[in-house]
Amino acid sequence: MTAAPAATGTAIGMSGLTVRFTTRRAQTTALDDVSLDIEPGEFVTIVGPSGCGKSTLLKIVAGLVKPTSGDVSLLQRPVRGPQKEIGFVFQKAALLEWRGARANILLQAEMRGMDRAQAARRADELIEMTGLTGFEKALPHELSGGMQQRVALCRALLHSPPVLLMDEPFGALDALTREQMNAELHRIWRETGTTVVLVTHSIAEAVFLGTRVVVMSPRPGRIIRTFSVELPAHRDYAQVMSDPRFDRLATDLRGLLGSAAANH
Amino acid sequence: MTENSLDTAGRQAAADQASGARAAAAGPGSVGAGDGLDGAASSTVAIPPPSGGRPPRPTLGRRAVTFADSLWRPALVLAVFFAAWWFVAAREYVPNYLVPTPGQVWETMTTQWSELARHTLVTLYETVLGFVLAAALGLVTAVAIAYSRTLDKALYPIVLFAQVIPKIAIAPLLVVWFGLGLTPKIILAVLIAFFPVVISGVAGLRSTDPELLDLAATMGAGPWRTFRKIRFPNALPHLMAGLKVAVTLAVVGAVVGEFVGASEGLGYVLLLANGNLDAPLLFADLILMSAIGIVLFVLVEIAEALLIPWHASRRAGVSLTTS
Repeated sequence: MTAAPAATGTAIGMSGLTVRFTTRRAQTTALDDVSLDIEPGEFVTIVGPSGCGKSTLLKIVAGLVKPTSGDVSLLQRPVRGPQKEIGFVFQKAALLEWRGARANILLQAEMRGMDRAQAARRADELIEMTGLTGFEKALPHELSGGMQQRVALCRALLHSPPVLLMDEPFGALDALTREQMNAELHRIWRETGTTVVLVTHSIAEAVFLGTRVVVMSPRPGRIIRTFSVELPAHRDYAQVMSDPRFDRLATDLRGLLGSAAANH
Repeated sequence: MTENSLDTAGRQAAADQASGARAAAAGPGSVGAGDGLDGAASSTVAIPPPSGGRPPRPTLGRRAVTFADSLWRPALVLAVFFAAWWFVAAREYVPNYLVPTPGQVWETMTTQWSELARHTLVTLYETVLGFVLAAALGLVTAVAIAYSRTLDKALYPIVLFAQVIPKIAIAPLLVVWFGLGLTPKIILAVLIAFFPVVISGVAGLRSTDPELLDLAATMGAGPWRTFRKIRFPNALPHLMAGLKVAVTLAVVGAVVGEFVGASEGLGYVLLLANGNLDAPLLFADLILMSAIGIVLFVLVEIAEALLIPWHASRRAGVSLTTS
């Protein structure tokens, strides 16, 4: 697998990000002075209650939303406009209804004008890696939610992006599928060495996947605390769940999120 | 890796079951053909994959049965209608100069066939040309409206005005402007068929998932690629619905144009037959007009079935009729 960033320095830099929406009635602050640096190869998970602006944060990094104030950089370059150096996965798989799984993955290549043969080879690799073999031609409506999300993940990884942004990618899946997808994502991250930022409101998911967990407060979204996760880089789902360190961290997080919500 | 392969096997079984059920529904003869193709394509994979979610192609015999099955209901209704017509006309409950018998209409149609065919072709030509122009103009307008706020504000009133103005009222004006030839008929067909294309096109283009557009932006694709790969295919189901309405309206436009001033076409024949109290000719003419509409409608339906087999409205299987 081609690992991306050999560059030194931060993969993503955010400083003093503030976002205000002005609606007809009032002005809402979605994000308030958020600063965070993410190193290449890190897996950062962001947890917070609904509406704390974590999705907005990802969109700012992708260049899809402009912050009211503050600076963002991606791979040491300031973010102005939509970024191409990333893969993006949404909560909805957002697949093209009329294309089979493989063709949906290859959309990435067609939109970027990538080399066809190379993209096809890479797509086959990813299909095998994510267990989509045998479903290459299946249309989205013929796939389960988990399989659809695998297709979306493959599409986001096709061009081997140095940074992968995931906005509650498994939020719509049932608990069992979600655990499987977590385990697979963890393996893919280890194999590719991509920098991943994943937004979630599942504490278990945040701790299992992250090398670092960022906790955000309800609106206006602020970073309350950042935890380094002291678990082995190579994680097995069942083992991690029964690890006392996991328990401690999860309890801390739950307490923090609970008190944040109560103080609001 | 173990949990992954286990999961894959589970999904495999489920998908196999599903495609098995489909294959069974499609008939035993078709299963072999589908399996053979799949087997050849993936002989290196340990687990035999399902047929990729697509039901195997039905055989010719099976297709004929499906076709006949979809046809008997409308055929029955038509038969009852003709029987009632014949009954009323043959027993002269209504005088024959008002309602002729089916036999008289048939006789008129066969004896005057060469004349009628010529007029039918004229009307068909006007209709098809009008429809094609309306579809092209409508699509361009829809794209302009969907992509630009300024054009949206500027064009919508014009489009709406073109729609609400009574076509029959402006038909004489068009004849004065463009003469008795084909031009005013084609323009009327365009005017009348244009509106549903624009409305459905705009609705379709605007229905694109905003997340897909965000995604397209991070893929670095320009507006043309995004249109071609995402927005246009996404708009097709809406657009096809609009085109189906438009094609039937185009016939009306052409005939209205012929009413006002023409020397050929089915609308002209209709006025002639009406003036001569030639009921059999009038009925034959009406039947031909309807036939044009129905044939064109079915052609658009076939195009729809070929273009968007993936859409929910088409998943039940490709039917050639509207039943």
